[in-house]
Amino acid sequence: METILKVENLNVKLDDELIICNLSFEVKKGEVLTILGPNGAGKTVLLKTLLGMFPYEGKIEWKKGVKIGYVPQRVPFVKDFPISIEEFFKLKTKNEKEIKEVLTLVGFDESFLKKNLGEISSGQYQRILVAWALISNPDVLLFDEPTSGIDISGEETIYQLLERLKREKNLTILLVTHDLSIVFKFSDYVICLNKCPVCQGKPKEVINPEVLSKLYGQEIKFYEHYHGH
Amino acid sequence: MVTNFFEILISGIFVGGVAGYLGSLMLSRKMTIVVDPLSHLALPGVALALIFQKDISLGAFLFLFFGAILIWFLEQKTKLPTETIIAILFTVSLAITFLFLSEHEIEEALIGDISKIGKIESLITVLISLFVFFLVQRIYPKLTLISISEDLAMAEKIDLKKYQFLYLLSISAVVALGVKFVGGLLVAGLTALPAASSRNLSKNLKSFKFISSLFGMLCAIFGIFISQFTNLPAGPLIIVSGLFLFTISILFKK
Repeated sequence: METILKVENLNVKLDDELIICNLSFEVKKGEVLTILGPNGAGKTVLLKTLLGMFPYEGKIEWKKGVKIGYVPQRVPFVKDFPISIEEFFKLKTKNEKEIKEVLTLVGFDESFLKKNLGEISSGQYQRILVAWALISNPDVLLFDEPTSGIDISGEETIYQLLERLKREKNLTILLVTHDLSIVFKFSDYVICLNKCPVCQGKPKEVINPEVLSKLYGQEIKFYEHYHGH
Repeated sequence: MVTNFFEILISGIFVGGVAGYLGSLMLSRKMTIVVDPLSHLALPGVALALIFQKDISLGAFLFLFFGAILIWFLEQKTKLPTETIIAILFTVSLAITFLFLSEHEIEEALIGDISKIGKIESLITVLISLFVFFLVQRIYPKLTLISISEDLAMAEKIDLKKYQFLYLLSISAVVALGVKFVGGLLVAGLTALPAASSRNLSKNLKSFKFISSLFGMLCAIFGIFISQFTNLPAGPLIIVSGLFLFTISILFKK
């Protein structure tokens, strides 16, 4: 299969602090890669670095001409000023047909366009952000911590949505998550990250209690350390 | 009625309109309050202009623009909160203004004076207003996205620094124009009141921008007319008109 992304010996330093160390991995077309790790492990920084937002050492090689869609973590609700969903999309594209297409893809009908962006539920907002990322037909979707369980029953969950998009659009997906069940159910490849990679490979092969305690244990140790002084 | 009433009115409509338009953006950027201290930075510029008998808008613009850059620089250097830096610059500029100006000039600097606007001045005011209007129109979508989410904006490869700079430039220009009409103390109201009223009445960005500009114009028209008939200063009347519209907007809030 075709390689979409190749990362070699990636090191990211921000304000002199090492955030990501010695990370190498490859993503093939159509794969789902999950990035698992505790808070402050550098997961978000990794996505942003792949998007070119931070300086780095090492190699990041995207397939030539690849298009990337990005859903950032926790985009705050827009409460300061009124903006309709249609106007929000028009900040990215003027193509109305495309706006309607992505809206349908995430399960809304056209009437939704007139709604105020600040007055929808957080589950709906997340879908709108996915639709935003799908504009201009990306090959790869980078998704920072989808929040599950906020959709009202009867709707498809955010993961079912991603599964469907992957199938219909042949998307390659890079997903940051805390949720272990998602790693097992949904992904082909996992990177356990705590600044340096703790494990990487097929979820069923590389994730075990030992790895998890190594991944999350450190956080607990830091915590105890902090309280001891 | 004064001989230059038409010039005053036309200038007022344009300045009010562009102030309202920019004000809608400033409301969305959570930056309305910044205009207030920023506008006081214009005061020493106004003072110098009055002393050397130059146009007060020019003096205000130069001081504002360099003041804004100074704030940015001090912020980077000292890591002090922006509010603290602005408070320092604000009080210092106010102190300097009071030191050098006569009582009448202080009044003009603080609440504006439109009585001297002539044909050429009003033409320049209209042209600058139009220029700023088109500049703001250009940067509006990108700044809206930046204020929704810097992450989304950066993913779209938007140069945040460039747009923030253009934004600052626009604010400096509008405050400089506004200083003449409502003075350095009141100019924040000229941008904030129409936008706040408009938000109460709007359901989307398009009507928000439109009503905000329209209300800016109406404030200027009301204020200038009432000033003609009452002989009270136009500046405070423009702001009071803004308050009137704001009150109405609350009654019709959506």
